[in-house]
Amino acid sequence: MTDPQIVEEQSSAESSSSKTVTLRMAKFNPEHDSGTQFVNFQVSYERWTTVLDAILDVKKHLDHSVAVRYSCRQASCGSCGMKINGRPRLACFTKISELNSDVITVEPMNNYPIVRDLVVDLERMFDTHKEMKPFIIREDSEITTNTKEFLQTPEQVEEYIQFANCIKCGLCNSACPTMATDSSFLGPQALTQAYRYVADNRDKGKNERLKIIDDSHGIWRCHFAGSCSQVCPKGVDPAMGIQMLRGHLLGFKK
Amino acid sequence: MKRNENKEGIKGMANPGRYGIERVSYWLMRITGLGLLAYFIGHIYETSSILSGKAAWDSMLELTQTTQGHVFLTLVIGMCVFHTANGMRLMFAHGGIGVGKPTRPDYPYLPNSQNMKNKLCIYASIGIAALAMMYGLSVLFGE
Amino acid sequence: MRESIIMKIHYGTALGAVVLVAVHILYRITMMSFGDSLEYENVVANYKFVPYAIMLELILVLLSVHGFNGLRVILLELKQGKSYEKVVTYGCLASMAILIAYGSRTILMTSMGMT
Repeated sequence: MTDPQIVEEQSSAESSSSKTVTLRMAKFNPEHDSGTQFVNFQVSYERWTTVLDAILDVKKHLDHSVAVRYSCRQASCGSCGMKINGRPRLACFTKISELNSDVITVEPMNNYPIVRDLVVDLERMFDTHKEMKPFIIREDSEITTNTKEFLQTPEQVEEYIQFANCIKCGLCNSACPTMATDSSFLGPQALTQAYRYVADNRDKGKNERLKIIDDSHGIWRCHFAGSCSQVCPKGVDPAMGIQMLRGHLLGFKK
Repeated sequence: MKRNENKEGIKGMANPGRYGIERVSYWLMRITGLGLLAYFIGHIYETSSILSGKAAWDSMLELTQTTQGHVFLTLVIGMCVFHTANGMRLMFAHGGIGVGKPTRPDYPYLPNSQNMKNKLCIYASIGIAALAMMYGLSVLFGE
Repeated sequence: MRESIIMKIHYGTALGAVVLVAVHILYRITMMSFGDSLEYENVVANYKFVPYAIMLELILVLLSVHGFNGLRVILLELKQGKSYEKVVTYGCLASMAILIAYGSRTILMTSMGMT
């Protein structure tokens, strides 16, 4: 017997295929354009169509010159971050139907140099990420000791695993109000990664990292506006990580 | 050549609508802080008139004893109360207190740090500021 | 000075100021009516009461440090650059010192009866 729910879903999909939306896309090539131009495209969509699907549809059928970066299409690689209807989001993780709008405006993320159209340069974010020494720091290593590996309890893992979920998409840095004006600020991505290692009981590099972030454009320029956490597509909650990290600097946490 | 960083700028920083009450509170904290500093400088200047004798003090006082003066002072009361109450919340939060506990994130990934406690504290700060302003109005205009 | 020390001072001055400003305001509304408390003779009497004058001086210092450091933070976040940041830092420090000096002059001279 056919499952009635499946039948219903199939029929609703067929009836929704005629829906169209205006995709308002930012076009800008820094090499020869003086400013961003917006071009409108009419695209049809289904309930499950993502913004990335729509952009790729435009690229395939309407304008081959559209520059967009993507890879996994499942919110794992962090490549397709962009500003969708004024908010930084992953294009592959945002369905057109959930935006409840007839016009979908896609722009490159703020606070990063534009490479072309929707593609931004994430180099500075990777640099600040590296500045945080994103690796376990300790004198001994699991290879040289008899224990072979550093065992952790589930509770110890839970202290940092949330922050290890970061896919470096850069949405948090784009939403941050400090980053909107401060080019030297380390940013929520890097600061959260610093906490990811500080909270890891295998790591012994806490003081080293606290020294790096205790700068005039370091952790103190975070004012807990929380926008980073609101846009994070992986539930990393950078705002929490940063406040926990600051707790160490203020002596609230050991 | 320095590349255009496509910064959102003050306009982006000042647009609190997209990110909820926490971003509004961030913006209010800034505005009230700047407003209070301006008032503080003015207050120091205003009170220095006492060195020039009773006449100078009274004429300076007269400037503040107008309807506009009272409304301005009421605004200062509101700014002061909000900045204090929200500042207390932020001081705890900056120490990692009241921002939730790390967990394994689960879809739809609601951030623990943006919890109800924090939101309620922000609304309470705004509410207390409003009440203080009403009390201020009653004291200033009730004479 | 390390930024963490500056920010600890920022939080500390805020806490101190909250308590003292509360006393300062209560003084204006509990001793007599708000209008009467601002009469010239009453204000001079307040200044001549040494513990109150010390409290005013403390408020002056705490709020100047807190306020101008807050301004420094906002300005540092608005624009960057070595010389700009230097100007902002030293400018805020100088403004803080001038305001404290100007306010202290009022407190000191009034409490000593030099009005």
